[in-house]
Amino acid sequence: MHIDHSKPLEYSTQQNQLNILGFWIFLGAEIMLFATLFTAYFTLEGRTGTGPTPAEIFEITPVLIETLVLLTSSFTIGLGIHAMRLGRKNAMITFFGITLLLGLCFLGVEIYEFMHYYHVGATYQTSAFTAALLTTLGTHGGHVTLGLFWGTFIILQVKKRGLTPETANKSFIFSLYWHFLDVVWIFIFSFIYLKGMM
Amino acid sequence: MEFFERFAIPHPSPAIYASMVAIALVSIGIVAGLTYFKKWGYLWREWLTTVDHKKIGIMYLVSALLMLFRGGADAIMMRAQLATPEAKLLDAQHYNEIFTTHGVVMIIFMAMPFIFAFMNLIVPLQIGARDVAFPRLNALSFWLFFAGAMLFNISFVIGGSPDAGWTSYFPLAGNDFSESVGTNYYMLAIQISGIGSLMTGINMCTTILKMRAPGMTLMKMPMFTWSAFIANVIIVFAFPVLTVALIMGTTDRLFATNFFTTSNGGMDMLWANFFWIWGHPEVYILILPAFGLYSEIISTFSRRNLYGYSSMVWSMVLISLLSFLVWTHHFFTMGQGALTNSIFSITTMAIAVPTGVKIFNWLFTMWKGKIRFTVPMLYSVGFIPLFTIGGVTGVMLAMSAADYQYHNTMFLVAHFHNTIIPGVVFAMLAGLTYYWPKFFGFMLNEKIGKVTFWLLTVGFVLAFFPMYLTGLDGQARRMYTYSEATGFGPLNMLSFIGAALMAIGFVTIVYNVYYSFKNSSRDIGSDPWDARSLEWATHTPVPEYNFARTPQISSSETFWDSKKNGHVLFKGEIEEIHMPNNSGVPFVMGMIFLVAGFSFIFALWIPAVIALIGIFVCMAMRSFEKDHGRHISVKEIKETEEQLGGAK
Repeated sequence: MHIDHSKPLEYSTQQNQLNILGFWIFLGAEIMLFATLFTAYFTLEGRTGTGPTPAEIFEITPVLIETLVLLTSSFTIGLGIHAMRLGRKNAMITFFGITLLLGLCFLGVEIYEFMHYYHVGATYQTSAFTAALLTTLGTHGGHVTLGLFWGTFIILQVKKRGLTPETANKSFIFSLYWHFLDVVWIFIFSFIYLKGMM
Repeated sequence: MEFFERFAIPHPSPAIYASMVAIALVSIGIVAGLTYFKKWGYLWREWLTTVDHKKIGIMYLVSALLMLFRGGADAIMMRAQLATPEAKLLDAQHYNEIFTTHGVVMIIFMAMPFIFAFMNLIVPLQIGARDVAFPRLNALSFWLFFAGAMLFNISFVIGGSPDAGWTSYFPLAGNDFSESVGTNYYMLAIQISGIGSLMTGINMCTTILKMRAPGMTLMKMPMFTWSAFIANVIIVFAFPVLTVALIMGTTDRLFATNFFTTSNGGMDMLWANFFWIWGHPEVYILILPAFGLYSEIISTFSRRNLYGYSSMVWSMVLISLLSFLVWTHHFFTMGQGALTNSIFSITTMAIAVPTGVKIFNWLFTMWKGKIRFTVPMLYSVGFIPLFTIGGVTGVMLAMSAADYQYHNTMFLVAHFHNTIIPGVVFAMLAGLTYYWPKFFGFMLNEKIGKVTFWLLTVGFVLAFFPMYLTGLDGQARRMYTYSEATGFGPLNMLSFIGAALMAIGFVTIVYNVYYSFKNSSRDIGSDPWDARSLEWATHTPVPEYNFARTPQISSSETFWDSKKNGHVLFKGEIEEIHMPNNSGVPFVMGMIFLVAGFSFIFALWIPAVIALIGIFVCMAMRSFEKDHGRHISVKEIKETEEQLGGAK
């Protein structure tokens, strides 16, 4: 395997470069996926049938906590990648660990939020609005859940194998994924919650 | 017993029972044959676990041909039912099921794998790469397609076929009007193979962007690679829309959500919009690679370089953009205002412009060329006028005001078959004949090939041109019969005769393969057609590493340059080649997806959850796996090259 030392570790082999480009293209597809979900949500937002409207069920506190936690986790994973570039394996693992913990907090609050919706009578079956809301949030939350497992696997691999072109590549790609989820959340926060509460 | 009742067919007939027996016998036959000839190990090592783009391409090809016959059987049943007024061959329910499966099978499980077959076989060779960017993902793509196809095809013997049309519009496709599990099959089978298509899209885009041989700038790529690239970009942006729509359709059916229902705020038109936001780009995913094949074939057999290379590229780019801006033309009559319809009319007609550019480019490529009327060239020459007629009727349909007359009639059916058959199917058969020697080492018989071509062309004209007339007269599509008083009888009989000729034509393809396998010369060299682009520069059959030395590129016809203008294609010493290892994981994952899909279809939650966990376990195993591939030594390469007739 040819390793190009003039490039950062995660870009240093041809396969690594292919992986990163391929993942960017995958994120392009993910943008379309969420764009479709948002389209469905905006179309169905006002179609509440006999169920509650957005303003009736949204609560600002959990949403603010989720936002804060997830934005911070995006920052810590950035620090993790920075540490990786400096070759500081332990610092990197720590930052990745913090990121995943914050992700777990996010997920916990989101589960609380879903329970709240259930208790106020906004279930998956209630109306077109609730179905679109829960599908959009659930798809994002599902991505976060998958990311928790994926991130854990990567931490284990870095711990065992050290910072190699391969593990660095995986970590970098994971950070792209995590940032992407954050970007999606910003749209969810602005155009689902804030818009719905106004 | 109650548990098993769900698997019964809601609407059985002797034909379906006969099919069950046939399926059972064929399955037993395959298993017995593999065991008797001791081929299980061979099958596993060489095919089920392969990550070689050429073998994956061949598996796509075989699957596509099989599905062609499945979809063709549906077609001939429909035409037989409509051949005479008030026929009793099929009842309304069977007819519904058959036109639904015909559409889905032909688009998703025949045309898609056919183009993926050519992309897999040709693209890495045309750009001088060892394989695709992610060989194992490529294998997974195939096995997901395969799982989806198998799932869809067992529907008619287990639980019942989908019957809401290939467009599966809600509320018809909802639980109220489609009670059987048929539409669940539709949702899950297309979902699974769609995930595979999306991954192929990502894989091919990366391959084409990053793995081209030195010297091959984007504007020096062969035209088929360009068309494959643009089709894959469309795949990446269109398929996620379908993914979401299918998820929503599935939850509507399985979890009683209200996306597309008519109560609690649901909106049935949302499905139609999502379906066609994917569906219209989808037809360009199919036609653009077909255009790419025609470009290769026409320039080879005219002995001229492709006329207007850059306009060919830009017209495809334009088509790909416009393809996302026309979806509403599929339902002009379904309630948008005049303004919306007018806008979509105009964008639709605009597509005719870049398509017209391409037609003229092909004509100019042939102009003053030394044309050889081989079988692939016959298909290409037949394609141009027939496809143009299909395009012109498309412009007629694009006029939203006039569309109120054409909508949902046989006129529309004639139009899209008129574009898909001469456009896509002819291209696939032309490509099949053209590339056959490269991958199988012998040519298909020209005489039989020409008979096939004429049977298909005459059959096509007889089958579909009468539909323009009956359609304008008001014969509705998807109606299982009509009265004698309508006077549609004779023209429909003509259609049936045409369909029968086409069926015979397709059978002659199988015969041709058999005949040529027995009789064709194996001594054909590596360039039997005197072709122009890079895929012909390596040996026949292609060694697993494709090129012993990386080719140096001079132009989009670099092989022609090396033959005629003294361009040196291969320079330097042979070096060790890095290749990926085979893996059984993609196959296993495909099978788990099959189980997951089946369990969801029948709402069997325990196996569904187990299968989903199985999928995640496979992904986790892949994450932890250390697989650095293997190296083919210089000695081994030299031996292989010697065996194949000298180093290249």
